[in-house]
Amino acid sequence: MSKMPDSSLITPKALKHLKKRRAADARFRLYGIAAIVFALSALTLLVIAIGTRAYSATTQYVFQAEIMLDADLVAPEGETSEAEITRNIEGFYTLVRDKLFAEFPEASQSQAARQDLSELVNRLAVLSLARRVADNPSLIGKSLEVRVPLSDDLDLYLKGGSPKDVTVRVGSAGTIETDVEGKARISSTSGLSKVTSTRSLLEEGKAMGSVLLAGGKAVARIDSLSPDAAELTLLTGTFEQLANAPLVAHIIPLPEAERPISDQQIAWAIALKQAGNARQVLHTSLVTHTDSTYPELAGTLAAIVGSLLTMMVTACVAIPMGIFAAVYLEEFAPRNRLTNLIEVNINNLAAVPSIVFGLLGASLLLGTFALPRSAPIVGGLVLALLILPVVIIASRASLRSVPPSIRSGALAVGASRMQAVFHHVLPLAAPGMFTGAILGMARALGETAPLLLIGMVAFVAEVPNSATDEATALPVLIYSWASNAERAWEPMTAAAIVILLSLLVIMNVVVVFLRRRFERRW
Amino acid sequence: MLQQLGQLPMGWLLTALLLFVMTAGFSIGRIRAERYSLSSSGKFHSRPNYHGYYVAMWGLAPALILALAYLLLAEPIARELLTRELPAAFHKLPKAELVSYLDAVSAVSAHRTYDGSDRVFTAVTHRYLELSGSLKITTLATILLSAVLGVMFARSHVSPDFRARQQVESGAELFLFLCAAIAIATTVGIVASLFYESIRFFSQVPVTDFLFGTRWNAQTNAEFGAVPLFFGTFMIALIAMFVAAPVGLFAAIYLSEYASRKTRSYVKPLLEVLAGIPTVVYGFFALLVVAPGVRSIALWINATLIDIGLANGPVLAAQPTSALAAGLVMGIMVIPFVSSLSDDVINAVPQTLRDAAFAMGATKSETIKQVILPAALPGIVASLLLAVSRAIGETMIVVMAAGQRARISLDPSTDLTTITVQIVALLTGETEFDSPKTLSAFALGLVLFLVTLCFNLIALRVVQRYREKYE
Repeated sequence: MSKMPDSSLITPKALKHLKKRRAADARFRLYGIAAIVFALSALTLLVIAIGTRAYSATTQYVFQAEIMLDADLVAPEGETSEAEITRNIEGFYTLVRDKLFAEFPEASQSQAARQDLSELVNRLAVLSLARRVADNPSLIGKSLEVRVPLSDDLDLYLKGGSPKDVTVRVGSAGTIETDVEGKARISSTSGLSKVTSTRSLLEEGKAMGSVLLAGGKAVARIDSLSPDAAELTLLTGTFEQLANAPLVAHIIPLPEAERPISDQQIAWAIALKQAGNARQVLHTSLVTHTDSTYPELAGTLAAIVGSLLTMMVTACVAIPMGIFAAVYLEEFAPRNRLTNLIEVNINNLAAVPSIVFGLLGASLLLGTFALPRSAPIVGGLVLALLILPVVIIASRASLRSVPPSIRSGALAVGASRMQAVFHHVLPLAAPGMFTGAILGMARALGETAPLLLIGMVAFVAEVPNSATDEATALPVLIYSWASNAERAWEPMTAAAIVILLSLLVIMNVVVVFLRRRFERRW
Repeated sequence: MLQQLGQLPMGWLLTALLLFVMTAGFSIGRIRAERYSLSSSGKFHSRPNYHGYYVAMWGLAPALILALAYLLLAEPIARELLTRELPAAFHKLPKAELVSYLDAVSAVSAHRTYDGSDRVFTAVTHRYLELSGSLKITTLATILLSAVLGVMFARSHVSPDFRARQQVESGAELFLFLCAAIAIATTVGIVASLFYESIRFFSQVPVTDFLFGTRWNAQTNAEFGAVPLFFGTFMIALIAMFVAAPVGLFAAIYLSEYASRKTRSYVKPLLEVLAGIPTVVYGFFALLVVAPGVRSIALWINATLIDIGLANGPVLAAQPTSALAAGLVMGIMVIPFVSSLSDDVINAVPQTLRDAAFAMGATKSETIKQVILPAALPGIVASLLLAVSRAIGETMIVVMAAGQRARISLDPSTDLTTITVQIVALLTGETEFDSPKTLSAFALGLVLFLVTLCFNLIALRVVQRYREKYE
């Protein structure tokens, strides 16, 4: 070992060649690692992209206030039946709007300002308040703490989404000189120069946005800005409040005309937040509300129920059918052309695009058999046909893993073939069949395209009660939310995806658990 | 009276009836067999339970068939009867309008009685309720009668030397066979419905126009040249395979030949997660992250080309939704389909081949490239074919990220449309089953089905041959 073997094969040329071959080997290995890294980083990117957006939908900004439930407004004709109160949305909305007007008296000065203020809260947002009062009419005439979701644009702004703003601490106002009504001049030392430099950095070459100066419950817009002085227009509150509080400048680079909310509305939002009237609360309506045209009011409840109903139909059809078919093919089928054909057929069906099953549903179930459109029963049947091959293939694999000695043993003591299968083989194969069935159900739960074709994409505002009611499903809801243009739908869609994915994760965890618990090596 | 019957909840009633027939039949058979065995000293061939099953089977089988027939045929029959009775004015309506009118009638009568002001509608609804009421009551009566007859017939067989167990078992085997035959029935249903609707379509639009026409404008202009759709499908699937084939293949090679057991046990399930994510989630990802990314890169390339003087105007279309975005994301989705099947195939290559190559002094990569891959080639080709078929039939990603405009363009940053996108666009919303617009979706579906069928059959065949070779 100590000395080099004396061989003519080890020439410099051969060594060089060997080095090249080894380098090629290392490169090849690296390609493999790169491929895996690429696939896994795509997965990570997907999870992060959806997770971060969904996170912002876990909370919601609401307008919270103590409101006196005036009987004249809530139940104008003294009628306190449930339906009558729920129908009287206008009355509840007036209550909430009046509260806002009391908070911001400057809004009652002009029609446009009134309009602006009413946009802070959607008319339909009081619906859950109305239902609450309708359930408990004794609340009428009493004072009640209510929470009403703020409009989606405002919610997006307050969460730091859009329009984005940059805040700069200005410090104390220094001197405030009021000249005309609502206008003033301040001269502050260091703070304003910081605002000036930040602003010029943000707006480099682009159209000018606005700068709002907030202190206490007062907010003013800076009309002209220089490093040592600024001219202000009061938007809400008073100059006294501004003078006595530490000031914060909100720089909004996007010009007012290009964003859905005005300076005035932003000012109100800031003031509401300062006063504790705009609160960030857990976004429970995401799972307790049904779909809506307004993102702040929309929820996934109807879609979740629709998906569950669909899955029930699918499970009732596909799981028994699949297991029985597998038992037949694996245990009873004679080897002939017919069973061969069935086998090829099943393998092929497993690879047929899901949309083709949708076409089958649209033409056969809706067209020929005139089953109801958009109903979970049709969706469930289509998905059952879709996952049938998956269930059959998994069940067959599970049956095959039961050793033949079990069958022979049963047959030897006089059981019939049917008894051997149903009393001995099937119980042993059951965990495997069950995991196959759950995986099939997971596939059905995430399937969208066939449901689109049988009309389950309709806007459904009521929770379906039975499998023949009009309904939608969770993945279809995700699709229709994703096709909405408004920015506020983005986090909502991501949140709905997270709900769907968590259901799928639960199903897969059950599968892993079953495998660990019941897996048997023969 | 009949009107009230029209609102019977048939689902629950049928379930209850079937359960009742089943338990009653079982008890009748079993009790009779036990009586016999008590009174007579002779030995019974089958145990009393089997006599019970036998009687229940005879009660249940006709009832079940009738119930299924009711579920599938009741609505069409009721509608047909109603349509015949409608005044002549209704028959002048276009068929689609008549169907939607009937839809409204059955929707209203399913829940509550109509209390609006349209008196014709009220009358029609009432008549519909009467018709479906009499259908329902007839069905229930027939089911009950057939069940009673079946039970009586079977009960008369119960005797000590009746071979009930054999009868029950052959009945059960027939049932199992029927379950397996559902798979064939599904295929037949798919083929029949696609062919039927396509033939109706081709009677209005010539096949050659459809297959070779280059202008697709089904929504507005009734132009049905599907070449741009085929092109878009092909282009996006090609982009997807450019991503999925190398990544999936190299991942499979690494996992089966290089990776340690531990790495493999972590990475393989993670890769398979990619196959478990619903496609609508990929679609959202494409729309949200990848499409804007593709667009900004395309814009940057445009700007750079103009800057260095190679172009006068924008070269790339840089659309907000693009073929490249859809293709990339679809490629990611398809990776596990390539990798897991290739992995199986590579693992199935006998160890002796590897050992022989190593003994000749080959490095690991040389062994893989020159021995294992050629041996596994058929299986790998099959996995790629299956992946292509998956990519062609994929719907949600392209619906959300590929666009709606039918055109032929080699620029990957432009929006293309595919067969599946058009099927969804044509069949969502209000559909009338007679217009060529709706029927064209089925013609597209037929093309899609046939193409994927070819890919699948070839792939399955290749895999089967390959398995036989090394087993």
